[in-house]
Amino acid sequence: MAGTITEKIFSARCGQEVTAGEVVMAPISGAMIHDITGPLAIEKFYEMGGEKVFDPAKVIMLFDHQVPADSLNAAEIQKNMRLFAKEQGIHNYDIREGVCHQVTLEKGRVCPGDIVIGSDSHTCMYGAVGAFATGVGSTDMGFALRYGCLYFRVPESIRADVTGKFQKRVGAKDLILNIIKDITVDGATYKAVEFTGDTMGSMNMAGRMTCCNMAIEMGGKAGIVPPDQVTTEYLSGRCTCRDEVLVSDPDAVYTSWRTFDVSDLVPQVAVPHNVDQVVDVTDIAGTPVDQVFIGSCTNGRFEDLQEAAEVLGDKKFSDSVRVLVIPASKDEYLKALRAGIIEQFVKAGALVEAPCCGPCMGGSFGLIASGEVSFSTSNRNFKGRQGSAEGKVYLGSAATAAATAVQGEITDPREVR
Amino acid sequence: MRVWKFGDNIDTDAIIPGRFLTINDSKELAAHAFEGIRDEFSKEAKQGDIIVAGSNFGCGSSREHAPLALKGAGVQMVVAKSFARIFYRNSINVGLLPVICIQASEISEKDSLVPHTGEGYLEVSGKKMPVEPVPDFLQRIIDAGGLVAYAKTIRSEDLCIK
Ligand code: SF4
Repeated sequence: MAGTITEKIFSARCGQEVTAGEVVMAPISGAMIHDITGPLAIEKFYEMGGEKVFDPAKVIMLFDHQVPADSLNAAEIQKNMRLFAKEQGIHNYDIREGVCHQVTLEKGRVCPGDIVIGSDSHTCMYGAVGAFATGVGSTDMGFALRYGCLYFRVPESIRADVTGKFQKRVGAKDLILNIIKDITVDGATYKAVEFTGDTMGSMNMAGRMTCCNMAIEMGGKAGIVPPDQVTTEYLSGRCTCRDEVLVSDPDAVYTSWRTFDVSDLVPQVAVPHNVDQVVDVTDIAGTPVDQVFIGSCTNGRFEDLQEAAEVLGDKKFSDSVRVLVIPASKDEYLKALRAGIIEQFVKAGALVEAPCCGPCMGGSFGLIASGEVSFSTSNRNFKGRQGSAEGKVYLGSAATAAATAVQGEITDPREVR
Repeated sequence: MRVWKFGDNIDTDAIIPGRFLTINDSKELAAHAFEGIRDEFSKEAKQGDIIVAGSNFGCGSSREHAPLALKGAGVQMVVAKSFARIFYRNSINVGLLPVICIQASEISEKDSLVPHTGEGYLEVSGKKMPVEPVPDFLQRIIDAGGLVAYAKTIRSEDLCIK
């Protein structure tokens, strides 16, 4: 029977043909826990009578949300998780590597065709390598750690077919914001969003990650890009994967099939307080900002930092803006260091922090005060997300963020010379 | 029993802000529920209260702290037009009942609300409003009282590893 890539992944891993709508108990190829949701998952694992995790080699642990420990509570949590990792024989990346999703992919912990869960909603990012990946809560994670499998309702899929060539300084972030505007914040609830078309095919892995990362912002259970040559090149040297190639059949069934042409797409910005409140940058250009954050699992990769640096050139960031640059991982940090980009940012007046989530979810440092405005390359602009509930968060690409940081107000990156 | 009415797209950052996520105790979390969004909630919510909301309740982060905070505040169920996927599942797992009612927006804080979810409806100031049935496998988890209790009842042949 014809199937989507998602249906085929579930069929392959479950060893029986399944279609969208069916509820299956599926084996887990990988399970990621971090410092925020991990402790509760471990507690649930024990409450369910767990002694040894199903397979320590398949568990990915790291700390990124509150690192280095920014409170006594965070320190205690991390201490307990370290102990758990040691007892269980789980490799713990600890605070050394960066943001969970970036690190999980970089370390080759996800292969095409895998079913991977993480106790974090942006786990859907791993769909960038053609895996089915979804965020779960701590109790589900506790169950999976104990039994190595989890219940899933095999999701229906929405197909987003993307064609056309991006204008200069327009890219994956603008595309995904535009897609979310179209599908809306709950338009993909319970569904997988499959990104296809020539534009996706020629997009690098960094861009694919940005797109899949934000599938959850439409309510999506997963985002997925069919694996191809770009995927193979990214994975080579990182992991050895199965030989199977799972992609959707031409006559697979989708609940909806949307098409996007990026040729005329201009930089997009999500305005407060919902991710589908998306406008052209030209509509809000001139809005003053207090803080610019370039980083997160959405846009903290080398490619993003490079894009921002290109817009920055030899200019300085505006004195009226606090600029925080946080690479998504150690590897991305090193790439940027070697390219001289970090020095460029520091000279221009940015605060460059070690890889972590930073102000993305308002849990750690870099919070905004009441009445303040943040322009952020991350994925959520909810009320209070980056600090005060009386603050405002705008979302856009690294290029738009850099242009905004230079001018001190929201600025079209195409206008900056 | 009081009805707390909320709008559409209530996200988990609104339910429990990120800065409180190092807390895992539901009672302590409850002290910060809806902080900065609706401050009287944590002070006035009582055992048995019901939250009524619009569409996409619980969108955003996978933090189980969100349903736990509501449970800790005494909320017995959340009635909404629709739920975000992870929140819906987390609620069932921790034993907070999520109820889908297409007419949820018609309910006001002044209404008296008597749930008859087992029979498939809510009694709203004397009027019956149908609620959506829960998928079978989730109903089994609800009946067990949450995923932890349910896990203890599953047979090994239902699992992937024996
Ligand atoms: S960077 Fe932000 S969205 Fe990504 S994992 Fe960290 S807190 Fe979550």
